[in-house]
Amino acid sequence: MTDVVVTGYGATTPLGGDAASTWDALLAGKSGVGHTTGEWVEKHDLPVKISAQLAVEPTEVLPRVQARRMDRAEQVAVVAAREAWAHAGLAVEKGEDPKVDPTRLAVIVGTGIGGVTTLLDQDDLLESDGLRKVSPLVVPMLMPNGPAALISLEIGAKGGVHSPASACATGAEAMAWAWRLLKAGEVDVVVAGGAEACIAPITVAGFVQARTLSQRNDAPQQASRPFDTGRDGFVLGEGAGVLVLERREFAEARGATVHGTLAGIGLTSDAYHITGPDPEGGGQGRAMLNAVRTAGLEPSDVGHVNCHATSTVVGDVGEANAIKKALGDHPVLTAPKASMGHLVGGAGAVEGLIALLSVRDGIIPATLNLEDKDPKVDLDVVAGEPRKMELTAAVNNSFGFGGHNASLLFTK
Amino acid sequence: MADTAEILSGLAEIVEEVAGIDTAEVTAEKSFVDDLDIDSLSMVEIAVQAEDKFGVKIPDDQLAELKTVGDAVSYIEKNQ
Repeated sequence: MTDVVVTGYGATTPLGGDAASTWDALLAGKSGVGHTTGEWVEKHDLPVKISAQLAVEPTEVLPRVQARRMDRAEQVAVVAAREAWAHAGLAVEKGEDPKVDPTRLAVIVGTGIGGVTTLLDQDDLLESDGLRKVSPLVVPMLMPNGPAALISLEIGAKGGVHSPASACATGAEAMAWAWRLLKAGEVDVVVAGGAEACIAPITVAGFVQARTLSQRNDAPQQASRPFDTGRDGFVLGEGAGVLVLERREFAEARGATVHGTLAGIGLTSDAYHITGPDPEGGGQGRAMLNAVRTAGLEPSDVGHVNCHATSTVVGDVGEANAIKKALGDHPVLTAPKASMGHLVGGAGAVEGLIALLSVRDGIIPATLNLEDKDPKVDLDVVAGEPRKMELTAAVNNSFGFGGHNASLLFTK
Repeated sequence: MADTAEILSGLAEIVEEVAGIDTAEVTAEKSFVDDLDIDSLSMVEIAVQAEDKFGVKIPDDQLAELKTVGDAVSYIEKNQ
């Protein structure tokens, strides 16, 4: 079976408007968390006044008319995909022949929530001004397959457009399905990722009522603290990550630069509770082990895990235990949500990219705000400074409401 | 009551706002679909904005008949 290699990547996150600035800011120990802008925070007197908003507004990057036809979640997806596509050397001028047969090119990009800000704004318009003021673009702006479909228009992909939806595991699940399509030989290239832009009153209120968000309003940059004893919930973020994945033979034939290999994947489900993870971590462990097995490796080969760890009291310890049980106590961990918050459907894609870069560059970013590690987390978590480390393989974990577990295994 | 030139320039501003086409390109003989590449979704937006700007009603069956910019200008002029 063919290898699946990464030939391009793009991102727009609370840390930077592209992949390089995100990676640099992460290694430099910067935080993308701040006070939420928007009148609704005060209007509804929500107890959470912090979030990780984008470093660069997508409307500053996209042409005005294109941007006004898209929901914010679609905007970030297109920004990241455009960067990844160009980075892979696949962008062509108008009129030039495409470098991939369009019927052998697929898009798999999902979102956890979809076009919620469009839904809210347009519902307000319907209430205040009636039907005439409702945009004819409402449905394509709020549909969860919108980000993937818009990317397919952008790059001319005719080999299928798919939109997995598995809450916070969405971005990683998209990569996993891309791996399956490429391994099966159905297509040559897949543009895969996840996108989210749901920092809005109803989502924040919903997460607040589920008691999942940090309320550290007086110190936003210290609010997201995975594995630390002082953690009190996650910080909602927004953004997107996209990888260009290819069959190795195809990439080599066109002389593409290979940044790493998506060597294995694991997708499992808990069937335990609609939001809570299985406390035994069985589903998470099986996802990690499936990623190792499908890569043809052993748990001892996995030197690093880029954790899902969102900074919730229960989730972080559960994941650490699942890692220890499935892989052993040797992997070195990090949790990038400390720096950029939780990108929900975008998280697995951006964090998968970070795991890939850790393998490529031999460096693991530090977990910001990890000052007093929870004694129940009996593993080595990088804190303070990034750690230089030669890696054979790294696993990225993403878990989502609904009991979704997605693990990706990257090698050089 | 706007005259023909005022309607044309007002309509051109709406087309520019909705579809990003330079106002200078929006001339009477141009077809919305074939020349200006405006899709049916954008046409709905343009019609709603034109209704507000010129105080006319453009029912769906009429909108379908407005093939060119000139058609729209004439319709608005007659019905404002």
